[in-house]
Amino acid sequence: MIAIRAAALAVAAALFPLHAAAAAEQVNVYTYRETKLVQPLFDAFTKDSGIAVNVISASSGLEQRIKAEGAGSPADVLLTVDIGRIDDAVAAGVSQPIKSEVIDEIVPPQYRDPNGHWAGISMRARVIYASKDRVKQQAITYEELADPKWKGKICIRSGQHIYNNALFAAYTARHGEEKAEQWLRGLKANLAQKPSGGDRETARDVAAGKCDLGIGNTYYWALMMNGDPDKKPWAEATRVILPTFEGGGTHVNLSGVLLAKHAPNKANALKLIEWLAGDKAQQIYADANYEYPIRPGVALNPTIAGYGRLTADPMPIAKIAAQRKTASTLVDKVGFDN
Amino acid sequence: MRTSSGRSRIGRIALVIALFTALLVATPVLGIALTALQPAPEVWPHLVAYVLPRALADTALLLIGVGATALLLGAGAAWLISAHDFAGRAWLLWLMPLPLAIPTYLSAYVYVDLFEPLGLAHHALAALLPQADAVQLLPNLRSLPGAVLVIGLVLYPYVYLSARSVLQAQTAELSEAARTLGAGRWTILCRVTLPTARPALAVGVALVALETLNDIGASEYLGVRTMTVAIFDTWLNRGSLAGAAQLALVALGMVALLIAMERIGRRNVSVEFSAEAPRLRPRTPLKGGRAALAFAACLLPPLLGFVLPACYLLALSLRRGAIAGVDLALWRDALHSVTLALLATLLALLLGLIVVLAQRWRSGAAASAAVAVAQTGYALPGLVLALGLLTPLLWFDNALIALAAALGAPSPGLLLIGSGGAVVAAYVIRFLAVPTGLLKAGLARIPKDYDDTARAAGASRLTALWRIDLPLLRPALTGAAIVVFVDCLKELPATLLLRPLNVDTLATSIYQYASRGSFEDGALAALIIVAASIPPVIWLTRFSDRAV
Repeated sequence: MIAIRAAALAVAAALFPLHAAAAAEQVNVYTYRETKLVQPLFDAFTKDSGIAVNVISASSGLEQRIKAEGAGSPADVLLTVDIGRIDDAVAAGVSQPIKSEVIDEIVPPQYRDPNGHWAGISMRARVIYASKDRVKQQAITYEELADPKWKGKICIRSGQHIYNNALFAAYTARHGEEKAEQWLRGLKANLAQKPSGGDRETARDVAAGKCDLGIGNTYYWALMMNGDPDKKPWAEATRVILPTFEGGGTHVNLSGVLLAKHAPNKANALKLIEWLAGDKAQQIYADANYEYPIRPGVALNPTIAGYGRLTADPMPIAKIAAQRKTASTLVDKVGFDN
Repeated sequence: MRTSSGRSRIGRIALVIALFTALLVATPVLGIALTALQPAPEVWPHLVAYVLPRALADTALLLIGVGATALLLGAGAAWLISAHDFAGRAWLLWLMPLPLAIPTYLSAYVYVDLFEPLGLAHHALAALLPQADAVQLLPNLRSLPGAVLVIGLVLYPYVYLSARSVLQAQTAELSEAARTLGAGRWTILCRVTLPTARPALAVGVALVALETLNDIGASEYLGVRTMTVAIFDTWLNRGSLAGAAQLALVALGMVALLIAMERIGRRNVSVEFSAEAPRLRPRTPLKGGRAALAFAACLLPPLLGFVLPACYLLALSLRRGAIAGVDLALWRDALHSVTLALLATLLALLLGLIVVLAQRWRSGAAASAAVAVAQTGYALPGLVLALGLLTPLLWFDNALIALAAALGAPSPGLLLIGSGGAVVAAYVIRFLAVPTGLLKAGLARIPKDYDDTARAAGASRLTALWRIDLPLLRPALTGAAIVVFVDCLKELPATLLLRPLNVDTLATSIYQYASRGSFEDGALAALIIVAASIPPVIWLTRFSDRAV
């Protein structure tokens, strides 16, 4: 143990003297959003507030880590990119209510937890990337994706991925488990290939002619179009259709923020959360991350505005979250990913 | 045979540290066992119905496939190169082991990139066919056969190196005796060469299998749902630590099975090499078409396992550099990688040395047990190791917080988890087998007389160690340092789970780029890892040659 402790001290001394001592005012953020995308946001926050932001980013398991770390966890704020992770975090008991009049005023009630455990800070929609050459249709419903006329023409990532899980859960919440299962079987039968890759690869496969319709999130298409010359052709070969549920709207998902239960820098965490809902941050979200702002009055990025007018489906987030387990089990049951 | 009390004091200290080291290495397994004791009734119906059968089948198929691929490529090349002489052979000696410089996850990222629609292979095919037809011809690497190939191509050198060390040493007498008995070339290969090489092949294949079980990056990316992926998923996506620990116990069972199979593979063979200067078997010269065929057969594995991925990474780095510039975060990640790896290397060398010295100074059951346990960490998949370490480390950290509170001192926070100490601990546990094994072998070559003579002349234990043993151990120490350092640099799963705030390493940043669908942004980081791994691979090759 002596050796371990000596080693730990040596490591701590060698690696992190700065983080421990330098900034008296700091806030620790655990984020699912990729560091490169959130860093501009945090830099702007530090400039505005003088509060340093420490970050750990991962694509899975952050709420489990906070849970394991327990009362000593350094986590102040958890940033998620979908309602599934929000739900997981609340279920894991790692959050506490955000008591903020600013948030209550800015964030519309349908995009925050009635008990205050989370608040949405931006939105994305799960949409269709359609081949410009091979798809003439201008509008489409989610229900229609199971129509045999699309047999062998659809590409999608794993059915267990959180983005699809939320979409399938929304379908289940709207139509019930039995119809959702039928729909999933129909969708599975229409797939051109085994679900794989991510939303960017889905666009690429449409561009390459493997399929005619891809299912992906709104911001990926904009990132490919504007951010990366290598991937621009993938976006250029496709066009975004905002699908709707029959008699409803487009499925949207939330980027949310939670206040950690044992947040050691709670005051700073609240400042950050309120700042993220503010005008400046919302504009950065819209322009750098191609998200839909959570509040009215913030201009959409032109690429996003070019998709057409978004009518978000009115299904309450909590009802969607309640169907996540069912949706996940259905995916296994119909062998969606096999 | 104790002669003085002064001798036993330093020996006793060494033994105590050695036992603590053994305890440290055993900690993750104990942690897993303890965590697994908690019931996880909410996940098991799902695991049994959908996860476990697939995980067991995929893992078994992957292990068999990768093992067979590595055996075929590694042993085949080793036999061609050891028993034959042909043009270009000298080159191959250097090329063959180089795929070890490519971590499995990088191999997967590169090959998927190469063969994806609108990728390089597609463009090449599209020169001959319409693009839409060409896309149908692309192999789907995101599959079990894809994973077998992609992983097998970078792990075969384990079999190659161990097979060659034996094949080279086979004496002329053995095959000459067989020949005088009328055996042909194939008979000799099947009845003499292969059976005597079996133990070495078993060791090589076991290493390949352990590395395959350790892998998470490649299998996850290629959609192969192995045990390791299932553990990751159960904990981090299904939120059940206990369920994950129970799956980890199953994985540990597989590890035990593999090691048992390796032991069986080594059994029943006793090869007697003649004592006086062995006459090595002369190599059969190959000419013309046969020579070309042998060269091509040997060239293909390192070409696909190293040259192609390395060149692709280089080209990709240059291209991305031209498009996006070099991300400053890369240097920070590199600094983190180097710092963590350096600390772990120093600590592993120190503890490894103390463990083997304890056995030399105080022979006894306790010291031998410490040496044996210290070498088991390598068999633990990195993810299982991290999972098992988490609970004990947090217990330690929280105990410190409680202690500070009781003393009225400010809270130290999570000392080990919060500082990177946890990552270093994981590295030391996983890679301690390297210095322990090498130093044990090195020390065995130093006669005890040297020590005794020095001691008779009045030198203390430490003086004798400093003046005699350490200088003689220098090659082993250097080798161990290089190998551990680079293994730490490449390590992915444990780093991913245990890294603290503000810390990404080269490996974790590549993983995150890839899992978010933009692997090309991590190409330069990948190239750095590969470049840094080349010297140790060369050193390993020379070491395994010398060991003959």
